[in-house]
Amino acid sequence: MRVHTYEKAFLIVGAALLVVFMIALTYTSVAMGIHLPGKVAMVDPAALATTPPFDQPGVRQTGDNTYEAVVVGQAWQFLPGEIRVPAGAEVTFILTSRDVIHGFHVERTRINIMMIPGQIGKTTYTFKTPGEYLIICHEYCGAGHHFMFGKVIVE
Amino acid sequence: MSTPVVYDPKGFTFPDPQRRVLQWSMFIAIIAMFAGVAHGLAQALSYAGINILQYFPGLSSYYQGLTVHGVAQALVLTFAFSNGFLPLVTARALSRPLNMALLHGTFWFLLVGFLLAGYALLTNQASVLYTSYAPLQAHPTYYLGLSLVVVSTWLASANMFVTLRGWRKEHPGERIPLLAYIAVLSYAMWDLASIPIAVSFLGFLLPWSLGWLQHVDPLLNRVLFWFTGHAIVYAWLLPAYVSWYALIPRQVGGKLVSDPLTRAVFILFLLLSIPTGFHHQYTDPGIATSMKAFHALLTFGVFYPSLATAFSVTASLEMGGRARGGRGLLGWIRKLPWGDPSVATQLLAMLTFVLGGATGLVNASFTVNQVVHNTAWIPGHFHMTVGSAVLLTIIGVSYWAVPYLTGKRLWAPKLAVAGSWMYAIGLLIFARGLISGGLQGMPRRTFIAEATYSASGWKLAGALAGIGGTIMTIGMLIFFLIMIMTFLVGKRDGAPRDIPISESLTPPSQNGWDSTMDRIGVWVIVAVVLILLAYGPFFLSYTPNMVSPGFKLF
Ligand code: HEM
Ligand SMILES: [Cu+2]
Ligand SMILES: [Cu+2]
Repeated sequence: MRVHTYEKAFLIVGAALLVVFMIALTYTSVAMGIHLPGKVAMVDPAALATTPPFDQPGVRQTGDNTYEAVVVGQAWQFLPGEIRVPAGAEVTFILTSRDVIHGFHVERTRINIMMIPGQIGKTTYTFKTPGEYLIICHEYCGAGHHFMFGKVIVE
Repeated sequence: MSTPVVYDPKGFTFPDPQRRVLQWSMFIAIIAMFAGVAHGLAQALSYAGINILQYFPGLSSYYQGLTVHGVAQALVLTFAFSNGFLPLVTARALSRPLNMALLHGTFWFLLVGFLLAGYALLTNQASVLYTSYAPLQAHPTYYLGLSLVVVSTWLASANMFVTLRGWRKEHPGERIPLLAYIAVLSYAMWDLASIPIAVSFLGFLLPWSLGWLQHVDPLLNRVLFWFTGHAIVYAWLLPAYVSWYALIPRQVGGKLVSDPLTRAVFILFLLLSIPTGFHHQYTDPGIATSMKAFHALLTFGVFYPSLATAFSVTASLEMGGRARGGRGLLGWIRKLPWGDPSVATQLLAMLTFVLGGATGLVNASFTVNQVVHNTAWIPGHFHMTVGSAVLLTIIGVSYWAVPYLTGKRLWAPKLAVAGSWMYAIGLLIFARGLISGGLQGMPRRTFIAEATYSASGWKLAGALAGIGGTIMTIGMLIFFLIMIMTFLVGKRDGAPRDIPISESLTPPSQNGWDSTMDRIGVWVIVAVVLILLAYGPFFLSYTPNMVSPGFKLF
């Protein structure tokens, strides 16, 4: 196949650029430890009341400076609606939904994970700056979707 | 030995009955567009904090309107257009009529599907948004209707295959004319891609909404949706690429750069469009991050043929601009036929698509996706892809195709150019708003005007979305006006007699590696292998968790 010189140059530069982007992404996840949510475990949404840890949603200290926040999403609220942690603490969120799909996005952070009935989601983040952060349900979950929010309070 | 590989210069006259069906297919597309746009304005204004829903009689909620917007624009408009456009150009490129039974089948399946889904939508029994995520449960006619729309695309595709097979019998050993080749490949990709959504709708969601099945697995249906759902965006985009590659060069007085490279680009789309769906599920639990990483890699791969397209299309535009007397590095741009509504509209489609592609690369970027996923950034992004590249190309093509099919000259071409400029400028303001809002956490798919929370920066972002969206709406209304007036009062002379088909600078060769590109069946098999690699590990290691009854929370 005959390819024009300029076109060849363009295609090579384009390919090189994409490779550079991919190296940068690999760096963020391998060296900087930024991870996507992955596979954890399944759960029965009808039995959350008797399935630990979802039988007791809330925040627990799990180590010197580590916390665990168990959150259940349901139409149209987060349980608990407010999560308090000290600044600098590493918080692991463990999440699921009781009914339909909800979203869990903490503004100004990269905490962004879906709450899918039947699945347990898990994500970890360290809040460095004190303040109030909105938790937004960013997946449509029915007529009251725009009333569904919560708060992370970093003290 | 030379063969009429590019097109048959003798011209070809479409049988009138076929012309009429194709014409009505385009009209259904335009009607769907109209149904969708009305609520688009309400959505844009809602982001600006203004609630105008009381002016929509019979509408129960923002989300009902948003579902209509998504279904009408993303599913009906796009496929109604492609169902007409792709068979039309295939038939012209091969100088053969289409199969009439399949043509009618395509049309009626789409229309009945549209009406069935429309019934459920208008009665607020299917306000689940176009993604149809279980366990939100819609009325059975919604799932049935959308399935019929998918079947209509299969019939359109079958029509192209039948026509191509007929041509091949009479032209043994000849290369497939390029225009037919890329049109057929676009829908061949979609045929493969649409199987998972058909499985999800017909195998799970429809029986579940009928009560035959008590529970479904929400994650499994999400995976099936996005298995189809990334490729669907290429099913919308490739017909636009068909126009940019094979028709636009002729319309601006240039040539298509390279026949073989164009075929290679479409083969890459066939291979890489489908095994990338997990990039819509980066933030989903239940899917291994290694699988997400593999899909991220392939997503960067499928960006590549679009890069090649950017070069090729720009080069043929430059050729046209220079042939029309353009000088200097950029002087050719001014010389392009900006006064021709079909050309101007598609040039604007290409320009806005640069930003759509760039923001798409951000979405694809694995960890970076967590910053933007499900925020207002996303509609900011895709109104610059499907909402511009595709929409403006559909409009641009309509500006020659509707006159061609109806035999009536386009009404008020200057106004048409102005309308497209308004849409494009409005779009840039609108997208600037949504994109900045998204970076500040503003969610998508949310009735912001009535939300009980807000954050800093959302006011300005929303206001820009509202202003831009209003200008876009005016641009769209101009398009509808022009279509209606062309249909009603268009003069019966001066309509184009033929489709603008381009010649290639580098023609196809008869032998060597080049001609193996025409063995479409082989490429489909390679595509299937890649799909199995990308999705096999997930399905082999996944035990369905059928736990969700239906919820009707709307
Ligand atoms: C006047 C023109 C338009 C305006 C003002 C407009 C406005 C909007 C807005 C503000 C949203 C976000 C709503 C939300 O997330 O709450 C949206 C969503 C959407 N738009 Fe448009 N839009 C227009 C045209 C189009 C076109 C031409 C297409 C496609 C061809 C399109 C496809 C979509 C889709 C697929 C969604 C997503 C729906 C969902 O999230 O379920 N829009 N539109
Ligand atoms: Cu929600
Ligand atoms: Cu995608």
